[in-house]
Amino acid sequence: MKKKAWGDLCLLLILCVLVVVFLAPIFFVVMNSFKGKLYISDAPLALVTPDTFAGLTNYRNGIQKTDFLTAFGCSLFVTVFSVLAILLFTSMTAYYLTRVKGKFTDVLYYIFVFSMIVPFQMVMFTMSKLANIFRLNNLPGMVVLYLGFGAGLSVFMFCGFIKSIPMEIEEAAMIDGCNPLQTFFGVVLPVLKPTAITVAILNAMWIWNDYLLPYLVIGLSTKYKTIPVAVQYLVGSYGSKDMGAMMALLVLSIIPIIVFYLVCQKYIIEGVVAGAVKG
Amino acid sequence: MQKTLKRYFPIFVLPTLLAFTFAFIVPFIMGVYLSFCNFRTITNAEFRGIGNYVKIFADRDFVNALWFTVKFTVFSILTINICSFALALALTRKIRGTNLFRTVFFMPNLIGGIILGYIWQQMINALLLKYETTLVANATFGFWGLVILMNWQMIGYMMIIYVAGLQNVSSELLEAAQIDGATGWQTLFKVKIPMVMPSITICLFLTLSNSFKLFDQNLALTAGAPSKRTAMLALDIFNTFYGRAGYEGVGQAKAVLFFLIVAVIALGQLVLTRRKEVEV
Amino acid sequence: MKKKLVNGLLCLGLAIALVTGCGRQDDNNGSTGGNTSQGDNVSSGEQSSTGNSAQGSGATGKTGSVYYLSFKPEIDAVWKRLAADYEKETGVPVKVVTAANNTYEQTLMSEIANKEAPTLFQINGPVGYQNWKDYCADLSHTRLYEWLFDKDMAVKGQDGGVYGIPYVVEGYGIIYNDAIMRKYFSLSGAKAASMDEINNFQKLKAVVEDMQSRKDELGIKGVFASTSLNPGDDWRWQTHLANIPISYEYQDKGITDTDKLDFTYGENFKNIFDLYLDNSCTARGLLGSKSTDDSMTEFALGQVAMVQNGNWAWGQIKDVEGNVVAAEDIKFLPIYTGMPGEENQGLCTGTENFFAINSKASPEDQAASIAFVEWLFSSEAGKKAVTEELGFIAPFSTFEENEKPTDPLAKEVLRYMEDDTKKAIPWNFTSFPSEQFKSDFGAALLEYASGSKSWDEVRELVKDRWAAEKNM
Repeated sequence: MKKKAWGDLCLLLILCVLVVVFLAPIFFVVMNSFKGKLYISDAPLALVTPDTFAGLTNYRNGIQKTDFLTAFGCSLFVTVFSVLAILLFTSMTAYYLTRVKGKFTDVLYYIFVFSMIVPFQMVMFTMSKLANIFRLNNLPGMVVLYLGFGAGLSVFMFCGFIKSIPMEIEEAAMIDGCNPLQTFFGVVLPVLKPTAITVAILNAMWIWNDYLLPYLVIGLSTKYKTIPVAVQYLVGSYGSKDMGAMMALLVLSIIPIIVFYLVCQKYIIEGVVAGAVKG
Repeated sequence: MQKTLKRYFPIFVLPTLLAFTFAFIVPFIMGVYLSFCNFRTITNAEFRGIGNYVKIFADRDFVNALWFTVKFTVFSILTINICSFALALALTRKIRGTNLFRTVFFMPNLIGGIILGYIWQQMINALLLKYETTLVANATFGFWGLVILMNWQMIGYMMIIYVAGLQNVSSELLEAAQIDGATGWQTLFKVKIPMVMPSITICLFLTLSNSFKLFDQNLALTAGAPSKRTAMLALDIFNTFYGRAGYEGVGQAKAVLFFLIVAVIALGQLVLTRRKEVEV
Repeated sequence: MKKKLVNGLLCLGLAIALVTGCGRQDDNNGSTGGNTSQGDNVSSGEQSSTGNSAQGSGATGKTGSVYYLSFKPEIDAVWKRLAADYEKETGVPVKVVTAANNTYEQTLMSEIANKEAPTLFQINGPVGYQNWKDYCADLSHTRLYEWLFDKDMAVKGQDGGVYGIPYVVEGYGIIYNDAIMRKYFSLSGAKAASMDEINNFQKLKAVVEDMQSRKDELGIKGVFASTSLNPGDDWRWQTHLANIPISYEYQDKGITDTDKLDFTYGENFKNIFDLYLDNSCTARGLLGSKSTDDSMTEFALGQVAMVQNGNWAWGQIKDVEGNVVAAEDIKFLPIYTGMPGEENQGLCTGTENFFAINSKASPEDQAASIAFVEWLFSSEAGKKAVTEELGFIAPFSTFEENEKPTDPLAKEVLRYMEDDTKKAIPWNFTSFPSEQFKSDFGAALLEYASGSKSWDEVRELVKDRWAAEKNM
């Protein structure tokens, strides 16, 4: 038994070291975000000293240069509304596709599943040009595009779950005089909650962090930029490269994610596991 | 019930279907068609046959990118899965602080590719500063930089899938093995690994498809430098599209090819999981 | 069931019809736009004939709008303000978008395929025109072309039409900090007594190497600023510096473009490039992470004495926080590479900035775009902004003798241009085969600097890539 205790202690130590390794890059960025920009390139690994401390200058510069607050707003708008749209519409679609049997619904279901394996590069050009022609190159338009492109996975996951719900309750509701909408919202939707959380989390993570779609559709020529697009625009060799502002921006971009993660950790981890197992 | 529901098609299906049509079906069909065309925009395409596909294989950048992608994918699958499985074993030993460790290891997975790429670009350049060199000076640095980054991002994710798998291994089975006098290694290879095979399949394919389709991290970390030698397939396709006038068709053809490769991988996964399910 | 299927097909059909319908409409728009590209001469008759195609943006009778895709991030803010001013004055909306560094072609390629495509963009010379000729309107009837001093500078097509009008003359060389040089000349044993003595590569090399060995005495970190080789920030070498040997090669052969480059003076490129690398404030291996901005900051902070760049860099130097370089100490030196007779060599002056008007834009938008640039280069407010804020040396007759930029670098460029004893090197890099060639060259230079490629490999690559890209 004693041997096991020792083994566990060693293990604990190794894990602690790993925690430090895992957090090192974050710590590195946070630390440098408080240094004067010229000190960053000279001695990036040095700790902040009163000499090199720059206060919030970098944050101010970073926020100004990229219009970070607008970017944050855009990201938030697109993510929240896309996720809501996806939850509402794809769950309804999935319900229909599962409950109405027929060739058409089968074919549609398989097209949705098929879309999951198509890499974005395949449609990036045509989709962004279509979006332009149909004037979807704005924030509400992005919601439509995300609903369309995210539909595959979400429909698939909802279908998988709805199949396992017994139809008796719905039939009972119907007999009581509920129309399909009432049945869906009153009876089915509450049961879907666990899957809905998984779908919401997977989509939120994807949309919040997505770069190429917002870059091609709204990033080049509108004043709307999501956070990844704004960061790439500043850092990816835009005329004036300000290391300090860049570090500050990186920190600012991580903060919302970490807060969200710490608050909803349980759901996130369960959601991703469920998503991985089903997907 | 079906009959009444059917009448609600416009409410239940139409919104999703319309969005899906705009965002996926039409772009996909046009994409396939355009890969046989010369075009600047989607409205002025001229049909050119398979010329675009022929050009792909004359393009050394594409061949390089394909090779780099394969190499990267193999290395990251191996490292990520070995590391995350080891961590999962450690975290299922019921030691103190398990929750904290899980929280920390999983966190990087939530950070977006662009941000991750720049964090690591700065971090690696800072470490290389002592040796008076940079990430873009040598393609080997870029390669290992990507592998490390990918590990950092994916280990936590894969770990929790393995943890879930390991927790499902019944304790009776483990006790039985202990009573039979099995050593730790024997239990691992004869009991635990076979029991978590489904998790392993899932993780292998998740790492495979994520590594193979990697774009954001690649763009942010090295953007292909030096001399495009660290550009992966997705980035190469993007570069072909937007890098040279008159090559949009070739870019689209590369994208179709890329899609076919990804589809074959996905099909492989499907076949493999189906077979596993039958066995169990 | 059947009904549902029909429903679904109808939806799909509708969507496709919409797509193709719009496509046809755009084609119409394109062809009529192409025929009526005389800018402000567009007649009302033509307008009504294209009325259906113009329904998206300004309908018939409305004025057009301008969308300018700008090239230089460093002057993005000035363009945006000018656009706002113009909109206030005339009511014509002007949208300015600036492409990030080294992504102009990429951005243009994506934007031009859009419904609201740029109406005003720029091409970088004959090679750029070849790429974009389907989109360049004939500008020979515009007043802007009339005002051009030297009509040969414009980009002309085979049909004799004018498709690109240069709007700025620029010069580049080695920018030096005269205060540091004076300090050096006052040291005992200095290799030269004044800047006038430095008029060839040998002398430059002797002075630079001596300065580098005495950098602590001079209070600098190195003679040259970082040779920024961060991909995307390497244009000062793969384009500007490369122009010099290639320009000499063209001169020898009496040509202005070639399908097969011999890179005869590659050795001369190496001369000066090695000098930059070996006498720098930054170790060779670290150059891959340096940007142009880093170099200009080093110069502005007085950490280095010299940096290769052009007169557009004034804004960058000026805006650095903690700038210690006095404006009157900022001077230009020609880039000497060890060519025979280079004592008379001047700066590299020319242009790679040609305005082009999108021929596929609606006639109203084309007219509005031309009106905008004509306003810029002829109205009092426009000219003031051009000379004082953009710092452009404009090649138009609308500018009086006293309407020239007054920043130190532009003044230096003008001084060299007016000096008859100095022979300027033209900007032959507008004939470089492609952006791809330049970035391949830049990447090879990075590998040369970090020691993973030999010079012979770089030279061969330049020749190979040139030929390959010219034959694309």
